[in-house]
Amino acid sequence: MSSNETVLDVQGLHVDIRTAGGVLHAVRDVSFQVKRGETLCLVGESGCGKSMTSLAIMSLLPKIAHRSARRLTFLAEDLNLAGKKRINDLRGNKMAMIFQDPMTALNPAYTIGDQLTEHYLHHRETSAGQARSRAVELLEKVGIASAAQRLGQYPHQLSGGLRQRVMIAMALMCGPELLIADEPSTALDVTIQAQILRVLADLQADLGIAMVLITHDLGVVARIADRVAVMYAGEVVEDGPAQEIFATPQHPYTQGLMRCIPVPGRTPPGGKLGTIPGVVPSLIGNLQGCAFRDRCEWAKSICQETVPVHASAAGQRWRCIKNQNGAFA
Amino acid sequence: MLAYTFKRLGLAVLVALTVSIIAYLLLYLSGDPAIALAGEGARQADIEMIRHTYGLDRPLIVQYGDWLWKLLQGDFGISVYFKTEVGPLIFDKLKTTLLLGISALGFALLVSVPLGILAALYKNSWIDRICLAVAVLGQALPNFFFALLLIMLFSISWHMLPVSGSGTWQHFVMPAIALGYYVAPAFMRLIRAGMIEVLSADYIRTARAKGLPARSVIFKHALRNAIVPVVALAAVQLGFLLGGSVVIETIFALDGLGYLAYQSITFKDYPVMQIIVLLLSAIYVLLTLASDIANAWLDPRIRVS
Amino acid sequence: MPAPTIYSASQAIPLRDVALTRRSTWQRLLQNKALTIGGGLLLVILILAVFAPWLSPHDPYIQDLTYRTVPPVWYEKGTWLHPLGTDQLGRDYLSRVFYGARISLLIGVSVALISGLIGTTMGMVAGYFGGKADMIVSFMVTTRLSMPVILVALATVAIVGGSLWVVILVLGLLKWDRFAVVMRSATQQVRSLEYIAAAQAAGASTLRIILSEVLPNVIPHLIVIATLEAASAILLEAALSFLGLGVQPPLPSWGLMISEAKAYMFFSFWLIAIPGTALALLIFAINLAGDGLHQLLTPEERT
Repeated sequence: MSSNETVLDVQGLHVDIRTAGGVLHAVRDVSFQVKRGETLCLVGESGCGKSMTSLAIMSLLPKIAHRSARRLTFLAEDLNLAGKKRINDLRGNKMAMIFQDPMTALNPAYTIGDQLTEHYLHHRETSAGQARSRAVELLEKVGIASAAQRLGQYPHQLSGGLRQRVMIAMALMCGPELLIADEPSTALDVTIQAQILRVLADLQADLGIAMVLITHDLGVVARIADRVAVMYAGEVVEDGPAQEIFATPQHPYTQGLMRCIPVPGRTPPGGKLGTIPGVVPSLIGNLQGCAFRDRCEWAKSICQETVPVHASAAGQRWRCIKNQNGAFA
Repeated sequence: MLAYTFKRLGLAVLVALTVSIIAYLLLYLSGDPAIALAGEGARQADIEMIRHTYGLDRPLIVQYGDWLWKLLQGDFGISVYFKTEVGPLIFDKLKTTLLLGISALGFALLVSVPLGILAALYKNSWIDRICLAVAVLGQALPNFFFALLLIMLFSISWHMLPVSGSGTWQHFVMPAIALGYYVAPAFMRLIRAGMIEVLSADYIRTARAKGLPARSVIFKHALRNAIVPVVALAAVQLGFLLGGSVVIETIFALDGLGYLAYQSITFKDYPVMQIIVLLLSAIYVLLTLASDIANAWLDPRIRVS
Repeated sequence: MPAPTIYSASQAIPLRDVALTRRSTWQRLLQNKALTIGGGLLLVILILAVFAPWLSPHDPYIQDLTYRTVPPVWYEKGTWLHPLGTDQLGRDYLSRVFYGARISLLIGVSVALISGLIGTTMGMVAGYFGGKADMIVSFMVTTRLSMPVILVALATVAIVGGSLWVVILVLGLLKWDRFAVVMRSATQQVRSLEYIAAAQAAGASTLRIILSEVLPNVIPHLIVIATLEAASAILLEAALSFLGLGVQPPLPSWGLMISEAKAYMFFSFWLIAIPGTALALLIFAINLAGDGLHQLLTPEERT
């Protein structure tokens, strides 16, 4: 396998949810690729469809949600065609996921050891002893002291930070090719957040796996992303290499987001941070044109029509009527 | 945990004592127990003799104290009707009734657990509605009427099962069903509600994300957490079933505690009646105690702390 | 690190559902299928019971030994003279079923009232005052729960002597536990709400607070429990009468009718099937109406 092989290829992903008020288009025409050894950060506000995107890839959407995609391949295998059985063979084995809230993501009735090893035993033909030593090895890797004793403990005996480390170890048990982390540090204390992200970044670099990190925290993105996709109202409004996005954000929404983070040295202490006025539009019913237009200072009447996608030479793409030079197309 | 256990035990003893007082006082509901024991049309001399032999001429508190003291030493008194010691009489029948109660509970769980899981998995679908309809209909059917229907069907029409008696396991089939079906809907609803709640829990999503097969997600991860309240209900319902055995055992002439209770009540055999009331209450108290301990044991958050 | 301004998508979902929750009570009542069917059926039974003297084709107590165990009209030997046939003593079965509904409903309502009064008082006292009062009431509930109702009721009726009023009184004095448990927790809940503190601050007396502030809030729960208890009391009476230790002959209690017909069930199955079905229909109607009321009155508890 070459090092720059594409692990996950998503083209034109849609997620529609049936609600009492009509069909909610939670994810609209989302496309991105993740290569081996690469970290892609999906950025956006709550409810912008980042979590739905990740659940769609894992085939974990709730029953009322419907997924469709022009192309959805994992390691060159078409997930659109994979049956339940095949998906179960891949999940927890080749593709793994870490969730937001470690306090509720572990089953309170079983020990850490049981939950760490059960899918390993299911996916691999191996002994319980083998599985336990693999679990100990991984617990040590994610920085848990006296790992062997931890195996006999129950989730309620561990702190939130420890539980999230356990979740990471659990995701890595079978040596996945793809790791999806959905806001893995949001529910934790600020000091613990940094530790968890460090563990994730180190492991990703160490194991050379493909990672999709979902976050609303641009500070996190700046530190560990190779590529960034900014989502707004179910769409990817801008994506590209992290450096490009941070250096020259093109979409007005991305620019707005950048103004919201304090920059050491530039933002004066106690100084005001930027805000984006207005609220996210409803995603129910037929949607046309740019979803951001009601909050955008550059909005024109043509924003109600289909919005073009621009691309730069450096691989940055954005969905806006403005081109690279700020001129209108 | 230890302090809690002792408090819980103390309460159980106190409840048992109170029930023993009530059971003893049952005798005085008729006004004069000596007249009640002597039966209708007894001569005054006979009544006085009974009053004396049973010690009913002593102050109430002394009578009760004496009765309780003997009880604690294992002396349960003499049956008025059977003319034998109450102790051996009762414990002989207790086995039959416990067997009936446990089979009834087993039958209820056998029906309700799969249906409850099914209803939860297919929430709000026609499967769910059918399960609910069965539950509502089941709870509307009086158990003695259902027992007669079973007899009509299995004994009279199909000649499959014996109508009455208690010799073989076949004698227990209909009584267990007639007794157990009535509590099944309660279990079904509890399991359905529990499973619906648990299935939407984050750890179920984790289990699915790990690629575990559906049966492991449902039975290992979901059911294990949804079953905890069922255990508590099972203990309470077993107590209820033992009480309900009076009706069912009488219909099927199953020679257990319930049938004996019915006989002792119709024959005004007060010593036996009192002991059965007390015994069934004591069993209920023990069961709730056991269910509390089982609950604590089933929940690692309580057990390991 | 501060996150960018977060707006929840849920704020943006159109508030169309609000209109749906503001339907009139009557519409909600009719939309509630359980309540409509259960309540409708119950109403029919209630009318039959109240107007039994006018609706019954015969006197339910008059025996006609020349017309014994006549089958219902849908059998070959049936006659419109006795639409549901006659029993083993030649009494008209339809009339007995109508009059039986009176007994069952009377039992259900009276027992629910008596036990409701006892249980509600106990529960409110325990929930409102807490401390020792709560401990005593809780102990009484635990003790009561530990005693097998049917056995104690059977024994009491046997000792005191069976009659309709004895059965009502005995069941009423035995079945207050659920009222007490529910009222206790409901009162505790309401008590912790702030407006009770406000009423206390305004100098309202304890009894006044309980009656004017607490009671109205727990009435929905009470009604639901009352329906369940009424159904359970009717079943218990039927069982007691079936065992011969409840309502005494010649009263047409449905349980007693089944008991009396037991010996004839092999040849005249309808003799037990008709009162059994009547009993099941009544309980079904009450339970269904109770379920519907539960949905209607305490929607916050539904998932």
